[in-house]
Order: sequence, then structure tokens, then C-alpha cells
Amino acid sequence: MSTSTAAAPVVADERVASKGPVAKLLGRPEIGALVGAIALFVFFAVVAPVFLQPSSIATVLYGASTIGIMAVGVSLLMIGGEFDLSTGVAVISSALTASLFSWYFSTNMWVGVVLALAVSLAIGFVNGWILIKTKLPSFIVTLATFLMLTGLNLGLTRLIGGSVSSPSTSTMDGFASAKAVFASSVNLAGVDVNITVFIWIALVAVASWILLRTRVGNWIFAVGGDANAARAVGVPVVRTKIGLFMGVGFCGWILGMHNLFAFATVQSGEGIGNEFLYIIAAVIGGCLLTGGYGSAVGGAIGAFIFGMANKGIVYAEWNPDWFKFFLGLMLLLATIVNLVVKKRAEAK
Amino acid sequence: MSTKNSWRKLAAIALIAPLVGLSACSSQGGKAPAAGDVSQGEAAVSMPKLKIALITHAAPGDTFWDIVRKGAEEASAKDNVDLQYLSDPEGGRQAQLIEQAVDQGVDGIAVTLAKPDALASALKKAEAAGIPVVSLNAGEDRFKELGAFTHFGSNEKLAGAAVGEKLDEDGFKHPVCVIQEQGHVGLENRCAGVKEKIPATEILYVQGTDMTQVQSTVTAKLQATKSVDSIIGLGAPYTLTILKSVAAANSSAKVASFDMNPELAQKIVDGDIIFTVDQQPWLQGYGAIDSLWQNKRGGFEIGGGQPVLTGPTIIAKDSAKDVLEFAKQGVR
Repeated sequence: MSTSTAAAPVVADERVASKGPVAKLLGRPEIGALVGAIALFVFFAVVAPVFLQPSSIATVLYGASTIGIMAVGVSLLMIGGEFDLSTGVAVISSALTASLFSWYFSTNMWVGVVLALAVSLAIGFVNGWILIKTKLPSFIVTLATFLMLTGLNLGLTRLIGGSVSSPSTSTMDGFASAKAVFASSVNLAGVDVNITVFIWIALVAVASWILLRTRVGNWIFAVGGDANAARAVGVPVVRTKIGLFMGVGFCGWILGMHNLFAFATVQSGEGIGNEFLYIIAAVIGGCLLTGGYGSAVGGAIGAFIFGMANKGIVYAEWNPDWFKFFLGLMLLLATIVNLVVKKRAEAK
Repeated sequence: MSTKNSWRKLAAIALIAPLVGLSACSSQGGKAPAAGDVSQGEAAVSMPKLKIALITHAAPGDTFWDIVRKGAEEASAKDNVDLQYLSDPEGGRQAQLIEQAVDQGVDGIAVTLAKPDALASALKKAEAAGIPVVSLNAGEDRFKELGAFTHFGSNEKLAGAAVGEKLDEDGFKHPVCVIQEQGHVGLENRCAGVKEKIPATEILYVQGTDMTQVQSTVTAKLQATKSVDSIIGLGAPYTLTILKSVAAANSSAKVASFDMNPELAQKIVDGDIIFTVDQQPWLQGYGAIDSLWQNKRGGFEIGGGQPVLTGPTIIAKDSAKDVLEFAKQGVR
């Protein structure tokens, strides 16, 4: 899908030649991550048999889903050639908006939930709009929003709630029904699976459909490959980019609501640093940092790898002093496998 | 798929719905109607207004430090003090805050000595400028050497040992101590204290900045190690999350905690959490500011060169009800 404009005339036909199914599969952006994920899964299944029991897998999936939900939006954004560093705190901003608004005005929780959606989408819109208007790199723009949101989260929470964590809203009207939507668990063959896992899968499916089956999907690849060329052929670059940022906002809203309804209170200092996890998931999953290449499924597999590494170390009962080291090593190995497989596939 | 229209529609719904919904009021659980402010006592002695800087290593947004700050603010209100609260978790920048306070010519500095070596030179400047210094929360073995005349805090290791002792008494054999920030000396000391009393204690590290990860990692641990019979959270919000993990893992492990907040006090009253160890942070903030005032008033130095201990106090089911009331006011 990369827009290689420098293709020599001799090999021009190669682009339209049909590949065999195996080559097609190996050419997918997420194939390296898939191999890495399978390797990691087998590895932990061998060193920690408890890893294979259904309830453990449900736990791993839950851990992966809270990263994966954001990785969907972030992957699409990265394919579109942009970056968002404000995602980690934007999740908390969304949760705080719903919590503080409903609490302060004593409204039904759902009012706060809807308002939080508006705020999350607005954060995405503002990120995209400033980016388009100023033509600054998204790294700078979203770094600024990251800092501003961090300050707003803390300042407004203290100002409104009088404390650095939002007041508990667990007894308010609408909490129970919102919890059922955002933070319940579903019993699947005797195992409680958190609802975020299903939301995650649904989001990946929708994002994949948009990317591969709609015009908007083509626009996303086009603006990420070369925005000027895309504009020249009539792709609405501004709308696509702003839409992508708002998509990230939407994912942040879902995760923010999960945080709120799972824990009833939200610490205003949370979320910092998580933006990197989302980006890492997308990159492991085969999204290029430069844009124009990647997939939503890849981001999901990236999140799954992270979830497995994160929880697998606990299941394997390794010395916790080395936890971060193992985590880093495993991420590195997974990414290298990803790279090697991709190179092999492209060479064929 | 026409994105433009659907986005617009979504935006319109998002904007209008809350306005419509405003009438949908919650029957319970919202903000309580404003009560009258706590009446402020009148100063018994007339002292010029003092300017005191409270400089901590708190990361922004930590409930614990809210309570310390509240204690300091209440002492300031009583003692006619102009309180300046500053914090930075990074040692070098905390030192710069101290230097700034010295530059401003404050009348006293209350400081946490979490990274004593990073602060030594800045505190020397305060000493040279004749500004009295007290330390609080962290640094009880270094405060004298760094020029603070007293220290308010709880010994983390003693607190951990108190938890270990209590668990041991209650017959627990295999506790897990959950640390939310790897490499944090105070937190490591708490778990070390527990381990001192119960050698089988295991330590689990979680990522404290993401509650969903805290929950799933603890769940994973409980699934992996079935013999765990008790689990200890090192801060109220983390303990409350651990409680969810215990339920998710269908574990029979009992939950104990450090520190306090209203929900935690409620859970102890309800019997879901067996006990917590409170280091009474309000006292640390209050004591630090008040001792500086006392020092100005008559050259007093409380503590006799020894740290003033604000804890540990164990709060179990029988005492939790009284504490709950104060926790709701944000002082416990």
C-alpha cells in the first residue's frame, strides 16, 4: 500500500501482477507481529502452564484490551501519517469530565458520559485543527495538548472536586447501567471475560473494514503516504486527518468510561506514559512511524503481545526485580521477529 | 461512507444531549449541598505573618499529598502563615524549588527528604541564609545531618513490620505485597518490613499510572500462585483496585492496606478489607508548619533531636467507623 512513486518503468507491471495466497499473506503488515505473538504464546505456555488456563487467558486479554482499544485509533492515525502523544492523559480527561460533571451537578451518569464523548471528540478535533492550521509536526502539537491536558486534569479536578481524585460516583443514578455497558464482564463458558475485550474486537473489525473496504480507508493510506500527492488527486486531506484525531478521541472516550465505571473514582494524575504503550502496540503491529503503511489488526496483535509479555512474566513467577528488563527484552525480540519476517516477505 | 455528515450528526447529538439530560438528576451520590466553611480560630498571640514554603516530592495528583497539604493549610490558617506549596518528584528540580524559596526570603521551609543527597546543597543555602528547616514524610535518618531541626513522619519499615506482625497474628502465611512504583525507597521499605515478619512474603510490581493494568496484573498473580492467602496494597486507590482483582480471580485471599481514603475506610467498616496502616499524613503537614511557627514564636525545637512519629496506626473494623467520618472531610 506504500505509495512508491519512484517505480522504474521496467518493474511497473509487477505492481499489478497477482501474487499467490502465501505471498499475499506474508505481505500483510501484521504478519511479523503475528509470528512474534505466536512465539511468545508458545514460550509462556511452556514456561508457565498456568498461562494456558482459560481464566488466565481472559486476564491477559483484559490487560491487552485496555491498550488495544486505544491502539485501534492510534494505528489508524499513524497510517494517516500522524502521531498523538496526548492519548494517555486524554483518556483520563474523558473519565474526569463524566465523573466531575455528573457529580457536581448531581445529574444522571449518562449525561456525563455523553458530555465526555463531546469533550473527547473535541480534543481530537482541536489536535487535528491546530495541526492543519499551523502545519507544525503532530509531535509538537500533541505534546502541547498532552501537557495542557495533564494540567487541566489536575487543576480542574482539585477546583471542582476539592481533591486530586474525582469523588466516588458509584451510588449515582445511571452508574449501574453505564457500568454494564463499559465495565461489566461476560460469562463465556464458565470464564468471566471483561467486556472491554469484546469492545476491542468490535473496534478492530470496524477499523479494518473502514481501512480496507471504504473510500475513507483509501484516503487514510493516501494522506499517510504523501499528503501533497493525495491532495492533488482530490483526497480531502484536512477532513481525513481531523477525522483520524477524532477517531483517537472516540477510542479514548471508550477507555475513559471503562476506567471510570470500573473503579468509580479516577486519579487525576493517571494515564501519563500510556501514550507510548499505544504507539508501541501500533509499531509492533507493523504500522510505520512515517505513515502510509500498517493495519488495525496489527495494532491489536501488538497490544496482545504487550499484554502477554506483561502478564506472562507474572505467571512465570520470575524475580520481579528484573520485570522491566524482561518486558523490554521481549518487546525488542517481538519487534525484531516482526522486522525479519516482513523483510523476508518483501524479498519474495 | 460520508464521514462529514456522520461526524456532524454525532457532534450535534453530543452537544445537545447533555443539555436535555440536565433535567435528569441523580437522586443520590452527587455533590453534597455546600456546608458552612470551618470557622477559623482567632490567633491568641499576635505574630507577624510568616511566609513558609512546603516543598515535597509529590507527583501531581496523588491523594496522599492532598491530605498532607490539607494539614499544612489548616496549620497555616491557625498560625497566620502564608503557605506556599510546591512539589516536584524529581530530586534535582525539588532542589531548585528550595533554592527559589531561599531567594524569596521565606521565613521557614518544610521539605520532604525523599532524595536527601540531591537536596543537600540547596539546604545548605537555606542554612546559610538563616532559614529554619523541618523535614517531613521522608528522611528521618538524614534530617539532622541536612540541617533540619526536626522531622515529622512515620517509619516505613516500622509500618511494614506492623502489618507483617498483624498478619502473622491472624495466621496468614503467604502475603503478596503490591508495589505501584518500582524502585521507590519508601514503598520497598514497607514491603521489606512485612517480609521481616513473614519471610514468605512475595513482592509484585505493577504500573501505578494505569489502574486497568494494576487490576489485570494482580489478577494474573492470584491465578498463578494459588497459595497466596493475603495481599497488601500500598496506597488506598491501589488497594481498592486489588479488591476487584481478588474478586476477578475468585481468590480467597484477604486484603490489607496502607494509607487511607473514604472508600477504603468504608470497605474496612464493611469487612471487605481487613485493616489498613495509617501514617496520618495530615499530622505531617500540620506538624511541620506548626513547628516552624513555634520555632519563630520562642525558638522551640520539638522532638528533642529525634523524629516525631505520626504513625503507624492500625485501623481495623472496630476503629474504622470513627475514622470514616474524618476521611470524608479529607483529613484522614
